[in-house]
Amino acid sequence: MSKKSFRQAINEALRQEMLRDPRVVLIGEDIAGGQGGTSGVVDAWGGVLGVTKGLYTEFGPDRVFDTPISEASYIGAAVGAAATGLRPVAELMFVDFVGCCLDQIMNQAAKFRYMFGGKARTPLVIRAMYGAGFNAAAQHSQALYPLFTHIPGLKVVIPSSPYEAKGLLIEAIRDDDPVIFLENKVMYDDEEEVPDEPYAIPFGEANLTREGDDVTIVAFGRMVNFANEAADRLEKDGISCTVVDPRTTSPLDSATILECVEDTGRLVIVDESSPRCNMATDVAALVAEDAFDALKAPIRRVGPPHTPVPFATVLEKLYLPDAARIESAVRSVMAYKKTKQEA
Amino acid sequence: MTDLITPITMPKFGLAMTEGKIAGWNIPSGTHVDAGQEIADIETTKITNGYESPASGTLRRQIATEGETLPVGALLGVLAEPAVSDADIDAFIARFQADFSSGGAATTQTDQAEPTLVSLGELTLRVQDAGQGTGTPIVFIHGFGGDLSNWMLNQNTLSTGRRTVAFDLPGHGGSSKNVGDGKPATFAATAAALLDKLDISRAHVVAHSLGGAIALELAKTFPQKVASLSLIAPAGLGQGINMDFIEGFISADRRKTLEPVLDYLVHDKTLISRKMIEDIIRFKRLDGAVKGLQTIAQSCFPNGRQADDLRPVLASFAGPAQVIWGADDEILSPDDAKGLPETIKVLILPAAGHMPQLEKAADVNAALTKFID
Amino acid sequence: MQIAHDILLRSYRSMRTIRDFEERLHVEFATGDIPGFVHLYCGEEASGVGVCAHLTDTDTIASTHRGHGHCIAKGVGVDGMMAEIYGRKTGVCHGKGGSMHIADLSLGMLGANGIVGGGPPLICGAALSHKVLKDGGVAVAFYGDGASNEGTTLESLNLAMVWKLPAVFVCEDNGYGEATGAAYACAGTQKARAAGFGMPYLECDGTDFFAVYEAAGQAIAHARAGNGPVMLHVHLARWYGHFEGDAMTYRANGEVAEQRARHDCLKNFRQSVTETSLLEPTALDDIDASVKDEIEAAVKAAKNAPLPEPADLEADVYVSY
Repeated sequence: MSKKSFRQAINEALRQEMLRDPRVVLIGEDIAGGQGGTSGVVDAWGGVLGVTKGLYTEFGPDRVFDTPISEASYIGAAVGAAATGLRPVAELMFVDFVGCCLDQIMNQAAKFRYMFGGKARTPLVIRAMYGAGFNAAAQHSQALYPLFTHIPGLKVVIPSSPYEAKGLLIEAIRDDDPVIFLENKVMYDDEEEVPDEPYAIPFGEANLTREGDDVTIVAFGRMVNFANEAADRLEKDGISCTVVDPRTTSPLDSATILECVEDTGRLVIVDESSPRCNMATDVAALVAEDAFDALKAPIRRVGPPHTPVPFATVLEKLYLPDAARIESAVRSVMAYKKTKQEA
Repeated sequence: MTDLITPITMPKFGLAMTEGKIAGWNIPSGTHVDAGQEIADIETTKITNGYESPASGTLRRQIATEGETLPVGALLGVLAEPAVSDADIDAFIARFQADFSSGGAATTQTDQAEPTLVSLGELTLRVQDAGQGTGTPIVFIHGFGGDLSNWMLNQNTLSTGRRTVAFDLPGHGGSSKNVGDGKPATFAATAAALLDKLDISRAHVVAHSLGGAIALELAKTFPQKVASLSLIAPAGLGQGINMDFIEGFISADRRKTLEPVLDYLVHDKTLISRKMIEDIIRFKRLDGAVKGLQTIAQSCFPNGRQADDLRPVLASFAGPAQVIWGADDEILSPDDAKGLPETIKVLILPAAGHMPQLEKAADVNAALTKFID
Repeated sequence: MQIAHDILLRSYRSMRTIRDFEERLHVEFATGDIPGFVHLYCGEEASGVGVCAHLTDTDTIASTHRGHGHCIAKGVGVDGMMAEIYGRKTGVCHGKGGSMHIADLSLGMLGANGIVGGGPPLICGAALSHKVLKDGGVAVAFYGDGASNEGTTLESLNLAMVWKLPAVFVCEDNGYGEATGAAYACAGTQKARAAGFGMPYLECDGTDFFAVYEAAGQAIAHARAGNGPVMLHVHLARWYGHFEGDAMTYRANGEVAEQRARHDCLKNFRQSVTETSLLEPTALDDIDASVKDEIEAAVKAAKNAPLPEPADLEADVYVSY
């Protein structure tokens, strides 16, 4: 056990699974980096933010495959390799680039098992960075997990901390279905205690990072940290919150979300993705349908406006949900009860 | 007047504790407290524990609020006689906080030993080595599903004037997950090898639950290494075992399913903290952990009964031996302590479950100190 | 070129099976019994069969929406295929894929594919598996002249060269991408495209089994030996529309009749092997009769097979969920 960054936790998960299973291979743009350059230095980058650094040096060219900038071909190749005996982990760099290879994910990988009558296994992981907060602007900042969650046949993972990232990535690699694993690029330097040994965190089991009586906050990925921050502040004012980190949006741990709402009677959902048809709407629909009687206040969604992610820092700050906005949403659902009672 | 003011600071329960949370104040500000009276509940990463006042006086201030998490050594409150003025107390607090923030916290961080990894052939064991002095060392052996943190409230106290060693058994905590055949005799051989590796030729053995059976196997095979036996709710003295606990501990993989299983461990169910549950779930997620537990359970508790009868070993042990048991143990019955030879001291602690060393740490520490010294 | 007796017999049988399978579908589709839509491979049989004659179950192919021929050539059974096309539970995909998604991964058949250009990237991956797992396998992408214009295909040609994959890209050029002629839609030439990637290029008459067999043999041997990918450009013609029901108003009168009369791979095969006494006409007659019975039985079985059950709706989306 030692403190590890989100980046190190992912690197360690990849390394340990590559050691465990020779069928695990890495495919992606610049995941080593430097091949064909004039210096002769390979493993120059280890991915655009250094997450796969060292793995080419350790495992060599038969396990770590740099690709041309050619998402359709190499994501498709990862799908084909997964269907024929390898267990590839492909890095899509920025999830925004899925526009260049959605067919390989949506029409191929996701559908093989069903279309082929249950005969296919496609043990594929696609890792990609998501999220705003990096001044990366509209084409490098999206939180596209609802897009993947919408597609039957895919599993979608959004780790909220280094510990979670390692365990969930190991689970993803061992899983026999195609998994989209989304890493918030702002979190790579976040640190916490992470076991040195390999471990797997099962999919479809939400994690309660706070437990309280008044309000349930369901948050995804990086938003879990903001929700925790808000919950800790609110606690001082006597408002106690449960914070639910679903970990995976597909499968979604509906049972835990419903139980928490049954307990608290109030729900705030924090979702960094664009607000139309996102996870917040999905969770809101779930609760409205199955826990309607438990609700003491309207469900509140905290998210960005329905715009592309802006570039300028001042606008990006306005765009992203933060602890203060979560806090005020919680206070508003608490206040709702009071007005009702007074009336 | 500052000598009349006593700071109440975040205690350090166990070597690994770096911070604690005020689960609740037991007395309001302005009340008189006696030394030793429990004034607050402190929740650590492992367990919630009552905090006994270090002195008598009036609790003049509660600095820390309920729910607040603070580093070890941080100021929680202030004790002083009514005669001390508020201004003096304010000045005291200001000075304390200034000193603490300018390095006090860092000092408490650095003086605690982190567990180290010790290689024994193919095995790696996580070992907490503490204390020094001329006294015969103590080795602590935890039970099924435990780890060295089971001794967090004991090892520190017993480390005065002697070396103490707590370690994670194979398959547990931060040690290798290979448990071999999972039998107490095998773990005893590992414990003996660890003592050799640490240059400890002879030690007082303090052992809990399944660790008790391991201690007895150690005494059987390596009697020269065992200076005395202190067995806490030990296995090996009867046949019965709460298999709902064993099987539940192995199979539960979520907080909701694990919590009722862990409730078997203690008399006061509120001691099972959220973090303790999370830590056990995290341990069980490690590759090989559940498999190791299954192997141990199959070897030690086949068909729902304890496999090894080690009463004869205890009866024939030449050195001093004592047995400590919680009266309300729901996992191994304190009745197993009946009928032992009269030379063996038996202490049954009321209002304690299967882990008296945590639940009644002061009583157990007193019994151990008295017995070993 | 010497071709073993059993390969000749097997290849003829395979081509005959495809022809009869497709002709029968043409008839049955018109009755309205077959759901969805089907794309027939009639006229192109020698291509799939001539290529797959060099492959084993270890090798992988990816097919197209016009995939029945590739499936049969790779060894997928006609009973399961017919039942699948009829949407039956006994189908090779339990009635959940249909004509465009017939697959059998145990035979190295990575699936027909409803997406034009879907196969080439997958084949890069299958070839990567063969290379990493060192199983000696080769991966073959069948794709049409239409798919040759997809970015996925062009990217795959590049990636296969960059990774030096044991892959063969078989461009089945039947002159039409749906209703639009290759003469309009394909700029330059396939040959020049291969050259642009530095990829070896072969071409052949796809209605001549022997021409395909020889060219494919060279291409596959090159890839299997670890020398990297090859493009094989096969010229052929389809005898039916893009899909069943297509009146083919975009094709000149007599174009198909001419093909059927002069470029029938089965007729030409029979003429060639009997003239050179490689095979006896009776042996071919026996195959014709046997295949006829087999198709008849497959249709009958498919029509009588059970339909999928309600519980199948939600089954097999995931391995575990």
